[in-house]
Parts: sequence; structure tokens; C-alpha cells
Amino acid sequence: MPTIYIDDEAYQVPEGDNVLQACLSAGIDLPYFCWHPEMGSVGACRQCALVQYRDAEDTRGRIVMGCMTPVADGARFSMSGGSAGEFRENVIESLMLNHPHDCPVCGEGGECHLQDMTVMVGHRNRRYRGKKNTHRNQDLGPLINHEMNRCITCYRCTRFYNDYAGGKDLSAQASHDHTYFGRQEDGTLESEFAGNLVEVCPTGVFTDKPLVNEYTRKWDMQSAPSVCVGCALGCNTLPGERYGKLKRIHNRFNDEVNGYFLCDRGRYGGSFVNDEQRALFPGLRQSNSTYNAIESIKAIQTLVDWCVPGNKLAAIGSPRTSLESNYLLQRLVGEENFSNGIAVHEAALIEQISGILQNGSVATPSMRKTESADVVLVLGEDVTNTAPRLALALRQSVRNLAKEMASDMKIPLWQDEAVRVLAQDQLSPMYIVAMSDTPLDDIAAQTLTLCPNDIARMGLAIAAQIDSSVPGTEGMLEGFDTETQKLITQISDSLKGAKSPLVVSGTGSQNAAVIEAASLIASALQTNGADGNDSMLSYCLPEANSLGVTLMRNEAQISLDDICQRAAEGNIETLIVAENDLYRRAAKEQIDTLLSKVKNLVVLDAIGTPTLSQSALALPAATFAETEGTLVSSEGRAQRHYPAFLPAEQRDSTWHWITQLGQALALPGFDELDHFDQITAACAAEFPALQQICEASPLADFRNKGLKIPRQTHRYSGRTAMRADISVHEPKQPQDDDTPLSFSMEGSNGSQPGALLPFVWSPGWNSNQSLHKFQSEAGGALAGGTAGVRVLDPANTGSTSKKTNLPVESKAKKDQWQLLPLYRIFGSEELSAHSPAIQELTKKPFIQLTPEDATKLKLSAGDGLTVNIANQDCVLEVQVNTTIPRGCAGYSVGLPGACWLPPATSVNLGKAEIRANSRGDDV
Amino acid sequence: MSSLPLTQNINEQRDPVDLAAYEKNHGYEAVHKALKEMSPADCLQEIKDSALRGRGGAGFPTGMKWSFVPMDNVSEGHKYLVCNADEMEPGTFKDRLLMECDPHQLIEGMILSAWTIQADIAYIFIRHEYHLAARLLQEAIDECKAKGYLGNDILGTGFNLEMYVHSSAGRYICGEETALISSLEGKRANPRAKPPFPQISGLWGRPTIVNNVETLCNITHIIRNGAGWFKSLGLGADSGTKLFGVSGRVKNPGCWELPMGTPIRELIEQHAGGMQDGYKLRGLLPGGASTDFLVEEHLDLAMDYDVIGKAGSRLGTGTMIILDDKTCPVGMVKNLVEFFAQESCGFCTPCRDGLPWTAQVLDDIDTGKGMKVDMVTLKNQVRFIGAIGNTHCALAPGAMEPVSSAMKYFAEDFETHIKNKACSYCKTNSSTGGA
Repeated sequence: MPTIYIDDEAYQVPEGDNVLQACLSAGIDLPYFCWHPEMGSVGACRQCALVQYRDAEDTRGRIVMGCMTPVADGARFSMSGGSAGEFRENVIESLMLNHPHDCPVCGEGGECHLQDMTVMVGHRNRRYRGKKNTHRNQDLGPLINHEMNRCITCYRCTRFYNDYAGGKDLSAQASHDHTYFGRQEDGTLESEFAGNLVEVCPTGVFTDKPLVNEYTRKWDMQSAPSVCVGCALGCNTLPGERYGKLKRIHNRFNDEVNGYFLCDRGRYGGSFVNDEQRALFPGLRQSNSTYNAIESIKAIQTLVDWCVPGNKLAAIGSPRTSLESNYLLQRLVGEENFSNGIAVHEAALIEQISGILQNGSVATPSMRKTESADVVLVLGEDVTNTAPRLALALRQSVRNLAKEMASDMKIPLWQDEAVRVLAQDQLSPMYIVAMSDTPLDDIAAQTLTLCPNDIARMGLAIAAQIDSSVPGTEGMLEGFDTETQKLITQISDSLKGAKSPLVVSGTGSQNAAVIEAASLIASALQTNGADGNDSMLSYCLPEANSLGVTLMRNEAQISLDDICQRAAEGNIETLIVAENDLYRRAAKEQIDTLLSKVKNLVVLDAIGTPTLSQSALALPAATFAETEGTLVSSEGRAQRHYPAFLPAEQRDSTWHWITQLGQALALPGFDELDHFDQITAACAAEFPALQQICEASPLADFRNKGLKIPRQTHRYSGRTAMRADISVHEPKQPQDDDTPLSFSMEGSNGSQPGALLPFVWSPGWNSNQSLHKFQSEAGGALAGGTAGVRVLDPANTGSTSKKTNLPVESKAKKDQWQLLPLYRIFGSEELSAHSPAIQELTKKPFIQLTPEDATKLKLSAGDGLTVNIANQDCVLEVQVNTTIPRGCAGYSVGLPGACWLPPATSVNLGKAEIRANSRGDDV
Repeated sequence: MSSLPLTQNINEQRDPVDLAAYEKNHGYEAVHKALKEMSPADCLQEIKDSALRGRGGAGFPTGMKWSFVPMDNVSEGHKYLVCNADEMEPGTFKDRLLMECDPHQLIEGMILSAWTIQADIAYIFIRHEYHLAARLLQEAIDECKAKGYLGNDILGTGFNLEMYVHSSAGRYICGEETALISSLEGKRANPRAKPPFPQISGLWGRPTIVNNVETLCNITHIIRNGAGWFKSLGLGADSGTKLFGVSGRVKNPGCWELPMGTPIRELIEQHAGGMQDGYKLRGLLPGGASTDFLVEEHLDLAMDYDVIGKAGSRLGTGTMIILDDKTCPVGMVKNLVEFFAQESCGFCTPCRDGLPWTAQVLDDIDTGKGMKVDMVTLKNQVRFIGAIGNTHCALAPGAMEPVSSAMKYFAEDFETHIKNKACSYCKTNSSTGGA
């Protein structure tokens, strides 16, 4: 490690760093704006100036920018020497010439990097007497507020939006001191990652619109470490609460998972928590179908009556809630009466994936590690819409060629612009074989759209090209036309030459053979790829705990179909459904029948669903922001989320409802389950695959320097006043016996394990830029360790899942269209679809047709089309898409108003009376 | 061998020479010579020996600049030669003369330069307003293509070179070579951080040389007549000739080719005919708007890079702007700083915000609203913006050169403005300079 001298003090700094990064890592507060640990340096703001001396004799030195100066052994710098201090002050003074000084009404105030830096350099007196420039602001859609007058022109926004996230519709416009950052015209920002501008912008140009509309300062928010429930990736988040409302979600840094960035579903999808339709009390259904609010004690009593021994009891868990809730529910009713509530065909796919990841030979990478892939094959997945944050990681992976070129030329990788200039549009190869066009196509070397069976066939052909001994792939290649054969050869050659090839697939195509093919390619690469290659296999899964509840599965558990069967036979009197809308799991007809056969339907949920509204007893559950829970991400990382605030009134955690019920029923063992940790431990003890989940985060008795960790910043205000309109008596702060966190500003936030970081703040650093104070080095892992624990490692037992049948080539059928499941980041996921901001961006359910089909059917874009799927009429908006494979039509999955789509569904769109051909026997 | 080679074919009274006429006067002889008899390394050595320094303003030794171009990876991709014809320095109009009156001279120089660095694609990045030059250059390129001086397998040597004229969208900053490259790539005309230098990673990330029109024109004559001859042309330390210009209130403003090292006094008094009647010389910007003022005491200095440098200014483009005694120096520098503030690309803070701030202070002083403290602010601005390294590129330090030198030589004018709360050069309380 080189030694550099700053004001004659020696510092050992990491090789290859720039001086700014080295200073921050060494704890020296060198102000900066445009540098970002993830995006590197460009030298625009000139704020991180210091003086560099040639040697110990040089007394004059010269001003250099810390972010643009590589560390070199023996290099001498000074923070205060010469005119460095004056220079940094002048920079701030210049940046403030046109700044509106509107901090009191600014959504960034109190967590503004510009405020922090202004104070840090000591600029006070304004000498400029001229007029301020002003700009016209734009309407950038429901997520982001635009106030250009606050801009200090650091270029971070366009560097993130365009360079890092691949956005096209935000740009730097005009020049000199009129430089403007916006769109060419008003309109919603198109990137799925636009929300990160809120955190990337060092001042209040881009702010969180839903937050600004119901504003609370950072210091007044109560927050806790949490995990996003918007998809299976398990991005770490920081929900912030005030007055019982979730105000916003910020990124929580995890070097292995989401790094510095979230997707917009994750950032804005959490406000379903604030839905006013959420019940505050348990509801007992009356004969006239209305609900009477009852006390929770009464609800438990009712439940006890319905669950008496001998009563025919069953329960359905959910992949969108914690292991603990699912585990307790299973224990309550017994595993032979428990279903994890995943749709039958989907459960099979996730089990297949879980089997591959557990027993196969190829490891699934962390999201950070996917960025190191030098060749990527995406097989059958629209990653941006099913696992959005992973798409952002894949966008970084294609830059590895540029990084390699730069390293060859000895250009430091933090020299962001130089690296980009050198490689221009040369990218590491990414190949996408999907069902339709995807938002990653712009960085793909080649794309091809096929129907799922053909994607699988192509995947098997690629596997066979890499390793001809892969069984069952004989003749696969010959089934394709010459052009596709060439592509298959290109992809397999490219993968074979890769040092870190990555295959990405998932449940998106709802096709077992696609999943199998991806696994075969990855393992073929391991044996026949480049020497010493680090083959990776990543599967996108549908929900936050899809993998967790699948790892919890045992042989005795039953499927959703089994539950229906049992109910049809009159063998279920009481059915408890936890956080699950069954209408998203099976055809309406099937669920209608099921629910009609159940005498006592008990539904615990945080959101209103069609299932909940049929319950005899509805129990208000807590959301992710109001309770603790352990989720297993698609990477196999068990992570714990903590309540940022307590649920209002008699809303309660699902796990706590069930604990109370179990105790009321005096079920064996339930009396030992007083605390959350005990439930986690019991779950870990029962399921070998989940043994390590207790290590996901410290237990409730953990103390940081002898103290609990505060959820409130020490500037948290109004504790005695905020309830004064209700009562002048300040209530006792709630105790938290289940976590190491406290509902208070007292405590110690600093050196605790990474999983327990409730907010970032450090003296002088009020903004999220204070994160480096919690990192091992600026931009590095959290000093307290990376949050979460990996529970999945490939055992290489050779037996993956049960062998799937070889897919047959799909042939277009006359008057039949195979419906391809298409997902959308906004709307396809159940919980976020309840958030107002997401709702504004959610499209109507649609069907996508090729232009030829649209012409043939005399349909044009925007037409409504009523399609009958599984005996349910569904009104769909026609979209025309040239990339839809022949004989297929794209169908929007999960969007509000869209019917549940049975696997491999074909429909006849040609007739007025449209009948769905579900189960797809002839496809 | 003309002692004024750059203008030997130039006669403003007639159209520029066409290819046939150019060839008749030894045109493209150097191309025949270099491509057939000299290796790229020979050519580079000749340029190094000639001690030619860049004529765009910075005066960097051309041979040294070229020597950083990697020559071992010829087969791996393109290398580029770019002619910087974005002549936008206020007071400068020398490249226009060369392009409008003898386009083949530039093209020949570019072919030779491309051969030397083994570039296979060349661009002439030309100022938007130079419509005539762009047309004439394109015609000349077409002639060369037809004759086999450009295109594939030039003169049967296997050397390929395509040449394109690219009209700029019109920003001063495009004169900065890396901003020019960004602009040529279709991006914002922002300069790039160096290192890496364009010789290593320039246009489209490939090795690139950017040279000024006049520099490239000189190459023609150096290769044809030899480095020794070229060195002998200069009167002092610098070799060759230079197009010098004078603008302002002189009797005969214009542009002349003269040996390097010609004294300033000779330029103003002989060639420009001296000051107009009733005007006295107060100062001059020797090489365009972004150079420091020189004053009467400097008139006997030779127009050489190092001589002018030692006097506290820069030779720059060698085209001087004269400040007379009836023009307000405060108004003049205000005008210049406003220009530079307007032309800032907006990338780095000192330039983007510091220059408008400086312009605002100067405007206050000029219009009688100045305060004593403003002089402190201005001095601070000079320290803040005026040093290379403080800013992302050289635009803002260049912009501050007339300011700092005006504060030195015309301090009493600033003081009077502030004291009298008015500009004494004009009846109304505002004045604009003569630039």
C-alpha cells in the first residue's frame, strides 16, 4: 500500500485509489460533489481541491483535484496549505451564485450535501451582487420533483441516468451558466431507475415527489433497516416513517446486493403501507356481507372456536411474507395441512430452481458479482421487469471490456470519462433470448425472440455446442434455421471464451425446460468453458420470499390444488390464509369454488384483496415496514427486515397473530415462542436448508457499545408535541423486545453490524454521503460487515431437479395464439401495485400482437379486446409489437384487471367468441 | 524556395490555385517525396528537427506531440488526424486566409502529417461561419481524390487516407482539442481530462493528433525544403515564418506572413501603418483575446514564443489586438470576459460560474457601480480562475489573462471608475471595448 502525506501526516492508502477517495477513507473531510464512489471521477465541480507538493522541499505546490489525482507512494498534499482552502471556498461561493437559498422549503434540506459542503468549507459572505439565473422546471412524472434553480451543475444526474443506468431521456442542455438538466420536453422520466436521482443529486434539483408532497425532514423520520418486498432480489432499503406513515424509502447500502441504487418499484412501491383502505381492527363478517370491527382478543377467541381440535383445519402461507410467519402457520395447522400458497406450476418451477442451486455445481452470484461477468446470456427472462435491480447490474457487466481496455492502458477505472471514451460503444457481449423485446436490448450484442419452448430448445442447443456430452440435446441445433444456428454458435463460442460467463434465467417464461437449459449451459461451461472460468447462474424469481418458502418445503406439505381438492371433498372447515391473494394463484373459477366450500375463511393481510373481502374473519396484518421478518432472496441470501414503526391500532404482525392463536389453543411449544428470535431459531432448527438464518442479523439482545440502536436521529423533534392534538400526555416510548433497535433517539449508531444500520448520519455529514463514515473504506463494504447470510451453496451432488421433458418445437397453430407472459416493473407485482405513485405509471392490461396478426385480426394499437382466459373475460388493450414470435401474443401478467394466466395458455383471437385453451395440451 | 512559403501561392485578387496550378508551383512534391522516399519515422525526425511549434496558440513542439502516437499497433484500428480550423479566437483571422486562398497547401500538409503518424482518416473541423473555406476545401479534396492524392493506395504506396470536412456547430470551446474531439463524436463540446492524451485515446478512443491549420500548412514546406531551411527562416530562437495580424485602431489592419521573431514595433508601424491619427497606443494583446496585455515598453520585443512569454504574456495565435487611448480598458476586458463566460462549456465550476461573476464585477465597475472591495474580488478571481489546473481546461485561465494584466497596467483606470462612479471614456455610463 502506498504512503501519501497529507499535511505532513503519513497515510497508508489503497493502491490505485484517487486522493479524494483515500482522504475520505482516512477520515479526512475533503469536500466534494461530482465524484461518486460507484460512478468515479470526472473533475467537474473542482470542490475536492488540495495542494500537491513536488517533494518535501517544495513550499509553493500547485492546486490539484483530489478526485482526479492518483495516489502515488510518497506524494505530498495539503488540505490547508497555499490557496487550497480559499479555492474550495471560492468554488462553493461560485456554486451558490445562482442557488435560490430556499433551504427552508426545499425537500433536500437537512440531508443536503450542498448544505454540508457549504458549512464544511466555511463560506458565509456573499460577494456576488448580480441577478440570479432562473430556470423553468419540468414535470418529470409522479416520482420525481424538478427544481432546476437549485442545480450546482455537478453532472451527477446525467452521469447516473445516461452513463450508468442507460437512460435516454435526460440530458445536459445549453451551456455555460445556463446548463440545464432535464428532458427535451415535460414528461415522465423513462428509466426504471430514475428514482436514484433523488439520492444521486447532491442538492434539491431531483427530489422524491411523494415525499415532497407529504414532507418530513430526514432528521424527523424514524427508520429501520429493511428489505424490499418488490421482487426476489432482496435489495436493502431504509423506510422512513413519521406520524404513522411511511414517508419514503431510501437505499440501504449493501456491497453485495444493491450497492448504492434501487429500482423505482422498490423506492416508490412501499406506500401501500399508507393505504387508507387498510383495516385498523379485525373484522367479523356479518350476514349482510359487511364487517364489524372487533377487538383482537375477540378475534382470537373466535379463531379458537373455529380451530378446536377435530375441526378440519388448513392454512395457506405466502411467498410474499417472512419465513417466520409461514413457519408458524405451518406449525399451527401441521405440515400436512399447509400449503405455501404458490401457484402449482410456479411452485414446481421454483422447486426446480431451488434444487439446481442446492444440488448443482454452479454457484449463483450475488448481484454485485454479476457485474463482473464478461459474457452474459439471458435466457427467457425480461430482467428489467422481473428483477429490475439486476438489470442495472447487468448494464455494468457489459462495461467490463471497457475496464479491461483501460487497465491495459493503465487508465485508473475511477477515471470514468476516460474509460468510456476509450471503449466508446464497445461492450462485453450480452445475448438476450426472450419472449419479446426487453429494455436491456440496447446493450445486447444479439437478441432473439422465441416462444418458451423454442427458447429452451435454443438453450439446449447452446449447451450442446459447449459440451456435446450434455444428454438429450442430440439434433437440437439442426432444428433451427441457418441464421439461428449461426447465432447459437456465436453465443456458445463467446461463452466458452469467457472468464466469468453468466447465465440469467428464471420463472418469467414459466417454462421448466428453459430453467433446465440455463442450468445445463452453466454447468457445461464449468467443464468445457475457458480454463479456470468462474461460471455463474442466476435465476429471477417472482416474489420476495419465493425461495425462502420453497426451502421451507417438505414432503408432507400440500399444494394449492390439494387444498382445493380437500375443500371440494368437504374436508376443510376453517382455512387460514396469510398474506396471500389466492386469485393471483389460480383461475378465478377454482378459487371461487374453493372459498365457497370453506366454512370459516380467515384471512390475514395488510392490503385489501379479493380473497380478504370474502373472509369470515379478516385480521389486519403488519406490512414489511411494521414488522420483522426473514426473507431469502433469489441469491439465497437470508436477510432480516425490521419494523420502522409499530403498526397502528390492532394491526399486528402475522407471526404475532399466529403466536397468540397457538398460545390460546395451548398448542405444544407455542408457549416458548415469546420472542421473534425464538421463532426464527425454531424455524432454523426444523429446516436444514435454513439452518443459518439466525445469522442473517444479530439477535434482539445485541447491544452496540452497551446500547440499543436508535431508530430516530438524535435531532428527532416533536416527540412531546406530535401527539399534543390528541393528548397532552406524552406516551411512553414503545419498547422493542424483539430487535436490538429502539423506538427512540437514544442509543448508539455507528460501529454495529451492517444489518443493523437504521440511517446514515455523521457530524457534518447530514446527507446520504455520510455513508462513507460507515464503510470500511470510501465505497467499500460496511465496516460492520455485509448484511445477510448466504444459505445456498451448490453441493454438487450431481442430482439437480427431476429431469424435465425435452421441449418440442412450437408450431404456429391456425387461429391459436400462445399467450406469452409479459411482466411490467410497474403493476405486475402485487404490493407495489397498491402504491399511488406506481399506480400512475401502471398501464392497462394488454395483449401484444405482431403487426401481421393485428392486420389479419383487423385490430390496431389501442383497440380493446375481450379475451376469455380460463373462463374469465378479460378486457385487454391491443399493442402492436414486431418482436413477438410468430403464433404468439404477449399477455400482461399481474397488472390490475388482468386475469390469472394458466401456464402455456393458447387462445383463439380470430372469433368474436373467444375461448381460452388453457393447460395448453396441444402446444 | 520562398522565404515566405505559407503565402507564396496567395493572391487575394484571384481565386485560389486549383490542383494543376498548385502542382505547377511544386505542389504535392512533398507528398511524392515523403510517401516514396521517407519513412514515417524519417518524417517525424524532420519535423522534430525543424523545431516547429504549434501555431494554434499554445506553441507546443509539433514533433514532440506526434512522437506520443503509438506506432506499433497500426493494424489494430484507425488513427486519426484532425485539423483544427475552428478559428474563433477574437481578433484572429489567419487560418481563414490560408484556407480560402490556398486550400491545397493545407491538404498537402495533412497528407504528410497523416503519413507521419500513419493515420488513415483525417478531419478538417472547420468553424461554422467559414462557408467559403469549407466549400473550397471540399473542392480541393475532390480534386485530390480524383488525382489519387487521397483515397486508397495513394500514389501506389499502399497508404490510405480519407479526408472529411466537418463544419462545427459554432462554439469557441471547440478550439480546445479535446472539446473538439467530443464535438466531432457528436457529444457536448466539453473538454476531456488529460491524461489520457488524445495521442493515446482521442477521437472514438483511438490515437489522434489535432493540429492547427497553420501548423499543418507548415509541414508541407518542412518536408519539401528540409528542417534546416525552415529553421533558417526565423529571426530569433523560433523557426519558420508566422502569419501575424493586427486589429484595432491602426491605419492598415491586416494579416501578413513574416519571419518568427519579427519585432512588435515593425508589425504595428510598418505593416499595420501605425496608429490612426488622433489615437495613441495604450496596450496590445499579442496573440488573441486570451493573452495578457503588453504595453509600450514591450514594443521592441520579438514575436517569439519565449520572448513574449518572458514578458508575461503569450504569443498565442500571433494576431494582436490594439488598445488605443480612447477606448476604456475596463470596458474592453469586460467585453472579453463576457465573451469567454458565454463560451464556457459549463463543465467546471470556476469557469462556468467564476467567469460570469467576474464579468458582473467588471460591469459594475464599468457602469459606475463599482466599489473598492471589487478590486479585492477581482484579484481573488484571478487566483481562483486564472491558474492552469484550477480548471478543467485552459479556457478560463486564458480568459483571465487580459483581466489580470489590465489590472496591472491600467490600475488607475479601474480606480478612477470606482472613485468617480463613472467611466471617463464615454458620456454615458457604459462603454464597450474595441475587441
